[in-house]
Amino acid sequence: MNINGVDIQDTFAEAFPMKATRVIITADSPRWAKLAASTMTGFATSVIACGCEASIEKTLPPEDTPDGRHGVSILLFAMGRKGLAKQVETRAGQCVLTSSTSSLFSGIDGGERLAMGKNLRFFGDGNQISKLIDGKRYWRIPVMHGEFIVEESTGMVNAVGGGNFMILAKTQLQAIAAADAAVTSIKRLPNVIMPFPGGVVGSGSKVGSKYPSLPVSVNDAFCPTLKGVTKSELSDDIECVLEIVINGFTEDDICAAMKVGIGATCALGQENGIRRVSAGNYGGKLGPYHFHLQEIMV
Amino acid sequence: MSGLVFRLKKPPRQRVDVSPLCPHLIADLSTAEINAIQLVSGKRQIRVDKLFDVSGANNQHIVFRNSSDKFDYIGREMKSGAIVVEGDAGAYLGLEMMGGTIHAKGNTGIFAACEMRNGLIHIDGNTSDFLGGSLPGNMKGMQGGTVILKGNGGSRLGDNMRRGTILVEGNVADYCGSRMIAGTIAVMGTVGDHVGYGMRRGTLLLWQKPKLSATFADCGFHTSGSFLPLLFRSFRKLDSRFAQLDIEFQRVRRYMGDLSGLGKGEILVRS
Repeated sequence: MNINGVDIQDTFAEAFPMKATRVIITADSPRWAKLAASTMTGFATSVIACGCEASIEKTLPPEDTPDGRHGVSILLFAMGRKGLAKQVETRAGQCVLTSSTSSLFSGIDGGERLAMGKNLRFFGDGNQISKLIDGKRYWRIPVMHGEFIVEESTGMVNAVGGGNFMILAKTQLQAIAAADAAVTSIKRLPNVIMPFPGGVVGSGSKVGSKYPSLPVSVNDAFCPTLKGVTKSELSDDIECVLEIVINGFTEDDICAAMKVGIGATCALGQENGIRRVSAGNYGGKLGPYHFHLQEIMV
Repeated sequence: MSGLVFRLKKPPRQRVDVSPLCPHLIADLSTAEINAIQLVSGKRQIRVDKLFDVSGANNQHIVFRNSSDKFDYIGREMKSGAIVVEGDAGAYLGLEMMGGTIHAKGNTGIFAACEMRNGLIHIDGNTSDFLGGSLPGNMKGMQGGTVILKGNGGSRLGDNMRRGTILVEGNVADYCGSRMIAGTIAVMGTVGDHVGYGMRRGTLLLWQKPKLSATFADCGFHTSGSFLPLLFRSFRKLDSRFAQLDIEFQRVRRYMGDLSGLGKGEILVRS
């Protein structure tokens, strides 16, 4: 398959089941909501070492937030319930509670509930106040900026992590431009995040390593500087490979994201140095979700 | 919506316990069976069809037409459906109510919404003492649900209230929120003396400055940018003045008390 001179490789992205939740942060200004959200989603690129994968889903206007203030919705993903619960509580306490004027709400009704303010309330040292409003329990914790409002729990849903595609380009600048275009397009969609810096992975990995203690290591087949010494997937005219990793609530969410992302990449075309779109997989052994690039782009 | 209408033939001489005429209790009964229900009135029993003309067929939507203030226990332990009271209601309206809605278009007697667990009670007129309170000797009053009072409330409104919301568009007499354990009471009008007497936790949200006892500590002025908007937004679906945007505010003066007891309650006064 070839779109606008860009070769769409006959391969698939391999994804795996995760657990996810959505939380909503509000604050007195868009800036402070974004600050709290950025802090909560910091150091959350990969479950390999961060505990969870998290990123901002979208900004919310006041009419779409529970308390009518400016807000940001965040998606957090982890491999299991226990890990996700720990990350939600830890990040709520260390990143949002500490952020001036912030409040924290669940972005998912129903689902299995994860504690959010349930234990955080004890920060109030006995001065915390519970309020049951429209069937949801909130905690009002007195803090130095006034009052921190946090919903008692947030809903957890089954999700899919690791949807991806790789942009193979002639130069770094051209690869970055294509990746930026793809990320910008995908960010318009709901229910998906791209947890890596700027939505882009500059150092994609393979499973395993020559060092027994490392679970993953460099994806040498896509490293331009190793073309001559490894079983490379790269032709001579490719000097840079960037990967877009997508986590979403459902397979359909990831399919939609991959389609618009690859579409934005291909729109730049061969004349802008984009040579090929590929995807990362592990021979179908890692995860049950397979996203075939050519099927998605039909 | 047309419902099962109980039209009062003539005012009863004694008080009548109409609790058997509740949607969940008569859901599967025929009109003949409903007519044959015996209601306790004073020391006697009276058949439903002696007291009312019964018409209509929707047993989940009951209408008391020409209702009397001698009708006690309307909607007692009600679980679902709707009751409309066209006229006054007696004591214990919605006692231990667990679901559904009651709309009282006139005044109600003492202990309305007493120990209510869930559902919605809408009172267009005034109500007497102990709205949302507990029965004498019991430890917990209202434990959930919402009460909207368009008129004025009597004394001891929300006495021993444990959870839920009482919204009063009018005034409330003395001891508003007395011995309150938790929950929210909002009053647009004035409140009488001894507001929050013995309250342990819970929130009294007042539009008018009350006369507070010395056992309430002034915690100063605050702008509640998140909690009050969240609370007011929850009112917007209600058929009440509380649903209107112009009544909302964020700036309050906060008092904590009653410090003669636990002292974790709060009185938020619009400022």
